[in-house]
Amino acid sequence: MSGPSTYEPTTGFTKWLDQRLPIIRFNHDLMEFPTPKNLNYWWTFGGILAICLVVQIVTGIVLAMHYVASTDGAFVSVERIMRDIDFGWLIRNIHANGASMFFLAVYIHMFRGLYYGSYKSPREVIWILGVVIYLLMMATAFMGYVLPWGQMSFHGSAVITNLIGAIPLIGEPIKTYLMGGPAIGDPTLNRFFSLHYLLPFVIAGVVILHIWALHVPGNNNPTGVSVKDVKKDTVPFHPYYTVKDGFAIIVFLILFAYFVFFAPNALGHADNSIEANPLQTPAHIVPEWYLLPFYAILRAITFDIGPIPAKLLGVMAMFGSIGILFLVPWLDTSKVRSMRYRPIAKQLFVLFVLASVGLGFCGANDPDKFVFKFGPDKLVVNYVDANGQPQTSPKFDAYEGAGGAQEFAGRLPPSSGASIAVSEDGFKWLWASQILGSYYFLYFLVFLPLLGIIEKPKPRPPSIAESVRKKHSSVPPAAVNPVPQAAE
Amino acid sequence: MRFVKLALPKFALAGMATLAAAAFAVPVLAPATAQEHGAAEEHADAGPASGDHQLLEPKGGWKHEGFFGTFDVNAMQRGFKVYQKVCSTCHGMRLLSFRNLGEPGGPFYDARYPNPNDNPVVKKIASEFSVSKIDPDSGGMVSVPGIPADSFPSPYPNAIAASVANGGAVPPDLSVIVKARAGGASYIYSLLQGFVPPPAGLNVSSGQHYNSYFHGDTASQWIGKDPRNKPPGGFLAMSPPLQNLDIRLQRDCVEGSQGGTSCDPNTFDDGKPTTIEQQAHDVAVFLSWASDPKTEARKQLGVAVIPFLVLLSILTFLSYRRLWRNVEH
Repeated sequence: MSGPSTYEPTTGFTKWLDQRLPIIRFNHDLMEFPTPKNLNYWWTFGGILAICLVVQIVTGIVLAMHYVASTDGAFVSVERIMRDIDFGWLIRNIHANGASMFFLAVYIHMFRGLYYGSYKSPREVIWILGVVIYLLMMATAFMGYVLPWGQMSFHGSAVITNLIGAIPLIGEPIKTYLMGGPAIGDPTLNRFFSLHYLLPFVIAGVVILHIWALHVPGNNNPTGVSVKDVKKDTVPFHPYYTVKDGFAIIVFLILFAYFVFFAPNALGHADNSIEANPLQTPAHIVPEWYLLPFYAILRAITFDIGPIPAKLLGVMAMFGSIGILFLVPWLDTSKVRSMRYRPIAKQLFVLFVLASVGLGFCGANDPDKFVFKFGPDKLVVNYVDANGQPQTSPKFDAYEGAGGAQEFAGRLPPSSGASIAVSEDGFKWLWASQILGSYYFLYFLVFLPLLGIIEKPKPRPPSIAESVRKKHSSVPPAAVNPVPQAAE
Repeated sequence: MRFVKLALPKFALAGMATLAAAAFAVPVLAPATAQEHGAAEEHADAGPASGDHQLLEPKGGWKHEGFFGTFDVNAMQRGFKVYQKVCSTCHGMRLLSFRNLGEPGGPFYDARYPNPNDNPVVKKIASEFSVSKIDPDSGGMVSVPGIPADSFPSPYPNAIAASVANGGAVPPDLSVIVKARAGGASYIYSLLQGFVPPPAGLNVSSGQHYNSYFHGDTASQWIGKDPRNKPPGGFLAMSPPLQNLDIRLQRDCVEGSQGGTSCDPNTFDDGKPTTIEQQAHDVAVFLSWASDPKTEARKQLGVAVIPFLVLLSILTFLSYRRLWRNVEH
């Protein structure tokens, strides 16, 4: 794709250096890299993500200069950064909201890859490296959320480390190594801080591999049609895409700045401004918004299957929902890359996006609460019958009067311990997460493999150049619709 | 002409209220008195009651919210007085120092004293608190008047002492209380006005106090009544803290310009009534500032940064259009 290098050293020094460390040639080739001319704004999120990583690392290094990783000092040191360090409030707000912005961008980037088939041959390795980056991001973000040592930090980390403990055989030792002892405390906080500082550099390393892997086959594009003529189909990356990406980055920064300056706590949880207290569990433990869909999948499994307990199944489903992404290049059997030309897949993809967002809402809500209620709340009487068995009465509409719950309870003997309770009936968030979670897996395990066989793709343009020309010229070129032999 | 003058503000207010209600699905409530609240509870049978109670907001919302919102300095000063005279007997504010009061954006900031440690109002306030320090002569702990560099002292030496003194409940530190409660300032404002007489049928244990805005559950104490109509709110150990006391403010006192009887710290100079509603409002404003003292600096920078980014994005977009004008894409 990249072809022979066009770099010509001109001065004596650059000729000398080019023989020894061709770093100028390297940069020149990156800037000249032929890039399809039809990339839309969904393709700008790669550049946005690079900026996000740099912002997080730079602000994180500054925060680490002031942060105290101890259970006594962590919460106070974070507040000190907000109050007494010059512009500490700015650095910390950028770092805390930057994590959300990073995930927002990475989700759009991943959905773009899924829609346009950017994971298909010959780009499988780019995709897999991307999923590795995403996993590292989740680990980094999770450990970073523990550092301010608020209530959600503490109890959230307790939930996650307990999950790891649910894995048979290896779970317990891993959990102990993570926590550094029998419970979450100073050793946990110190190793999380250490790893939270380390992992972003690991991410940066994998990002280099991700970009390297990208520069072998070159960019995918909205048509999914491979580059056929570098001159007609592509433009040099610089200045064409540096300017376009630059524009998108600045627009993204406006959204980022809105949160940093005007709603710095909007994406967080109020309970995390309460210092961690192991003896007091918050009413609802929820992770940060970007982990909510996986939290919903974890909690969706409330039943045992054979010898496997529900808790372990939940953990398997949660890790499976991320692990499945590694297999997407082989689960999708269609030879047509872009869903623009896949009428059924396109609709199922829209449902997949909706299911993913819906799972986020499921994760934020109490699974036993209701999405909507079927009708007004009714009353039941709980009591113990003559045989000592706990019983529940039929449902009552009224409290007082004939046929009311009070009358029913009054007829029972005093020894029955009758108590009147509210009986709510509605569509539970749990059921929503079970339905949406099932769709999540169905999409990857059933629909993607099956569609490649049964779906009849629409005609694709013969080349990138033709696809952009037909907007302007009166005579559209003949589209191609044979069954593709290789991915296109 | 006279008609228009009178009608317009009302119309505008109603319009704004409707807009706000439509935008957030949250009706803008005028501050209601405690008596009105009690009445509202007794008529709650009409619909199913829920644990959540619509929070109160001051008339016209909080002045410190929005893109350009700044703290009401007078309200902050009165609110500080409420904290000092009432809250501080049980609640600490350990993350704040007295000097913070005199820093830019703080309630007693005075441009004549760029170093808050020189600010006479701050010095006087600090000296009104006693702070435990190590006596350099004996090495023992002594109680001395505070200086601006000192942190606000906590009323109890530790959590156990606080718990014992308050019937098992530890009064939370108020440094970040507005950030740490869903609803923020409105929650504090509502809670302080929510100590209404418990509705008939609600059994309140001794040492507990019913509050119609507290995050809690009244189901177990709602005796002999339809459980669907349980009142909102919950029970807390704090007794109603605010009374219609003369908690007043004299901020120019230490300047000596007004000397004499007007220097009495129990008289105030801005004419505000000391109703519970007013005190609740003022202390909520003060605690909002205390939770995030850099709010104003943050918004001021944002108001500069976002237009700059918008301008930069327009210029970049024009460069993009110019560069790509001959490329079909």
